[in-house]
Amino acid sequence: MPPTGGQPSQSQSFQPQPWRDRRLELILGNLLRAGVLLSAAVVLAGAGVYLSRHAHEAANYRVFRGEPADYRTVSGVIHSVWSGRGQGLIQLGLLLLIATPIARVAFSVVGFSIERDRMYVIFTVIVLVVLLFSLLGSGMGV
Amino acid sequence: MTILDFTAVVAAVSFGAGLLGSLTGLGGGVVLVPLLTLLFHVDIRYAIGASLVSVIATSSGAAAAYVKEGFSNIRIGMFLEIATTVGALCGAFLATRIPTSALATIFGGVLLYSAFLSRKPRPLDQRDLPPDPLATRLRLNGNFPEGGRKRKYNVQHVPAGFSLMFGAGALSGLLGIGSGAVKVLAMDQAMRIPFKVSTTTSNFMIGVTAAASAGVYLNRGYVDPGLAMPVMLGVLGGSLLGSRILVKAETKSLRLVFSVVILALGLQMLYKGLWGRI
Repeated sequence: MPPTGGQPSQSQSFQPQPWRDRRLELILGNLLRAGVLLSAAVVLAGAGVYLSRHAHEAANYRVFRGEPADYRTVSGVIHSVWSGRGQGLIQLGLLLLIATPIARVAFSVVGFSIERDRMYVIFTVIVLVVLLFSLLGSGMGV
Repeated sequence: MTILDFTAVVAAVSFGAGLLGSLTGLGGGVVLVPLLTLLFHVDIRYAIGASLVSVIATSSGAAAAYVKEGFSNIRIGMFLEIATTVGALCGAFLATRIPTSALATIFGGVLLYSAFLSRKPRPLDQRDLPPDPLATRLRLNGNFPEGGRKRKYNVQHVPAGFSLMFGAGALSGLLGIGSGAVKVLAMDQAMRIPFKVSTTTSNFMIGVTAAASAGVYLNRGYVDPGLAMPVMLGVLGGSLLGSRILVKAETKSLRLVFSVVILALGLQMLYKGLWGRI
């Protein structure tokens, strides 16, 4: 894979980390932290609803049963949030949490395109596809 | 135990694990699964699902602080994430197919290795290594500020590091941990990346790697809201507090205590796994 095909104007000198990398990373770092705090807030809200209703039931995680469909898929989670369930809200917060690193990778695609770094655009897209497959596609056909 | 008691106790234990993990730099996730299974008798699959979620929280939560230090190399991270995410996906699929006793046994082995590694002194950074042709083509070499100057480094042994990272990703997906121990092996020992660069870059990668397997776990119904909630909130709170007091705290003896805990948990997981008690 040639590093930069057909772009003679781009400098090939040894400069792997231009200043933009760092600015991009700072933005991404803050984005990630905001995402985590947001998801923690949603989980906390869900915890309030969940505990106010189920606090005195018995906790049992000894036996693995697997979660119902409402807590397993993106559409199921949204559905259970609409029905006002605390567990649904918690799962929504966890989905937001899983989305934060995915958002970072998606923004990196943009960042590398701005830098016209074709090789790293391709690398980043591969990672993004793997992540999206895991979240959206891995439940199908099982 | 009622759900209220259970939630409170699990949140407190997770807070402690997150705090110790961040103070010692050994990560909280590695003790969380054994604690949940051995202490609270949680099925290991639920425990792994909850731990994975907390790994994402600590990694993403600490990212901003790490970036400010300006050591992480976004290209090394992104290139190696191809290996870790594909590995994580494989590990997560494998986890749904192998018996829980095998999971516990592998977990015990990884704990023992982590305990061993935490007692071993880090190898000294090797300076002024010649540039590797493949690393140069992939533009992995970089520099970072040290003592007011920029220090350049040249990445070595790219194929070996990439393969080890696949293994780190697979372990992360299989066991729901950050697998920092294997990442250190790949980045420090094989690729000869300076310590400061490898730790901060690895923190960035841990969240992305965990997200790759978290999707599979969620879709398979391994992520229980009632369990993941106290674990995630507890670990996040503990690690955020830990990163605030990190600079002042004396971590040497703490590291010793924590590695003894890891060793004890590892032996117990190994025992339970081998005798099929899990």
